[in-house]
Amino acid sequence: MNKFGFAIKTPRSEDMDKVSLERYNMLLDRVPSFKRCFQCGCCSATCSARQYTEFSIRRIHTSFRRGEYEGLDEQLKKCMLCGKCTLVCPRGVNLRSLIINMRQILDETK
Amino acid sequence: MRKVAIIGAGPAGIEAASTLAKNGIEVTLFEKSETPLKNIQDKAFLFPNFQAAQEIADDLSGKLLTDGITTAFGVDIADIKWQGTEWKLIDAKNQTYVADAVLVATGYQVFDAHRKEELGYGIYKGVITSLDMEQMIKHGKILNANGDEPKRVTFLQCVGSRDEKSGNHYCSKICCVTAVKQAIEVRKQLPKCEASIFYMDLRMWGQGFEEMYRTAQEKYGVSFVRGRISEAAATFDGRVQLKSEDTLMGLPLKMTTDLLVLMVGMEASCGTKELGKACDISGDYGFIKSVNPHLYDNETGKPGLFVAGTCKRPMSVSDSINDARSAAIAIKDYLDTLPQ
Ligand SMILES: Cc1cc2nc3c(=O)[nH]c(=O)nc-3n(C[C@H](O)[C@H](O)[C@H](O)COP(=O)(O)OP(=O)(O)OC[C@H]3O[C@@H](n4cnc5c(N)ncnc54)[C@H](O)[C@@H]3O)c2cc1C
Ligand code: SF4
Ligand code: SF4
Ligand code: SF4
Repeated sequence: MNKFGFAIKTPRSEDMDKVSLERYNMLLDRVPSFKRCFQCGCCSATCSARQYTEFSIRRIHTSFRRGEYEGLDEQLKKCMLCGKCTLVCPRGVNLRSLIINMRQILDETK
Repeated sequence: MRKVAIIGAGPAGIEAASTLAKNGIEVTLFEKSETPLKNIQDKAFLFPNFQAAQEIADDLSGKLLTDGITTAFGVDIADIKWQGTEWKLIDAKNQTYVADAVLVATGYQVFDAHRKEELGYGIYKGVITSLDMEQMIKHGKILNANGDEPKRVTFLQCVGSRDEKSGNHYCSKICCVTAVKQAIEVRKQLPKCEASIFYMDLRMWGQGFEEMYRTAQEKYGVSFVRGRISEAAATFDGRVQLKSEDTLMGLPLKMTTDLLVLMVGMEASCGTKELGKACDISGDYGFIKSVNPHLYDNETGKPGLFVAGTCKRPMSVSDSINDARSAAIAIKDYLDTLPQ
């Protein structure tokens, strides 16, 4: 029965005391250029996949940065590795390499 | 010989005094503290080049030895009055001085962080201001509330600036880069300690500032979170818990930190507010208003009364010094127009 639509929800907040940034730190070691990202969103703005779906590479790598890895492996499958994001990034982040390495790290640490 | 009175021995007052003296003008430099440059002496290293503040203070103090400068330290100028042909300065002990022209260089003071009660300054020991942090860096003693080495230091931008609740709508201009400077210093002194900066925008306007931000990320691993911390609370073990929104994720964020550093803004100093009122040259927020920000930025609209440095608006040291040099030229031009 779900008359009123109430449900008990787990709190949706980032708890920086509980998250583990181990995978994020692995990513920084493998793709040091990601340290420079200043969250401008050029990468997701240019992305063809972003235009028609919910897929946002900027949001994905920000989640990774905050230690929120849930569901990222599924989302990352939507990337076609076309490399347009790498071309536009004003801080010279190697996004294609970032994407491949995010996939690999999520796979290795499953 | 023409006589100029300069009020305030900060970088602006000293630079103007030495420029005028080198041009053969007699200057008296009034300072209410017993020693000059207190707003430089309380800093560790100065952006943009991380030069020791003491070094800058020593260089500036050296300029006080220029022939033609008389210093009057420990003299608090309470009022100044136009007498038709000259200015009369009156100090807090009712002594008077006269001068053909006056330069107001009475500077700034930092926003009183107690006013933002929700951030816990003066209530929780782990909450400090950017000035406290300058002292810690200067003495190589960055310590948490329990006197131990901190594991995490968190900086919050715009405390007392860009804030309706503090009555200050303006941006203080120097605190973004100061937070980046201090975060780098923390990481240099304590390589195991994390450093995070909570910001709304990062205003890296000056030469080398954006590069400093980039270096903070790349070389020192400083992390940046876009969001303003709404409140702080103490934990049982003397740390500080803070709440914010990670606006780039659209999620609330919680975090415990050893030190929360409030990047307090720059307000007009008491001296600036009082003198501004006394001679009717006060502008927004008690800063002194110049005639025109483009062309007459050292003029006040009163004959022979000039203004330079942070008593006008927030500025860096180099901007205050440049402004003082331009004020010296304006004063010299004015003195040249006076009848012999
Ligand atoms: C936390 C913090 C960090 C900073 N770090 C840097 C940095 O790294 N690099 C940088 O470039 N800038 C930095 N600044 C800014 C710097 O402190 C100012 O730019 C500089 O001090 C401004 O100089 P000023 O001469 O205009 O004013 P002040 O230095 O404020 O000097 C004014 C003087 O006037 C005196 N006075 C006031 N009223 C009277 C009166 N009625 N009679 C007599 N004397 C009076 C005061 O006692 C004071 O000595 C920082 C500021 C803060 C708050
Ligand atoms: S490489 Fe992937 S994320 Fe980048 S633009 Fe192409 S599809 Fe989008
Ligand atoms: S374009 Fe580059 S700097 Fe901008 S958000 Fe994407 S990775 Fe970061
Ligand atoms: S300089 Fe930065 S921290 Fe200071 S008031 Fe402006 S935006 Fe805020």
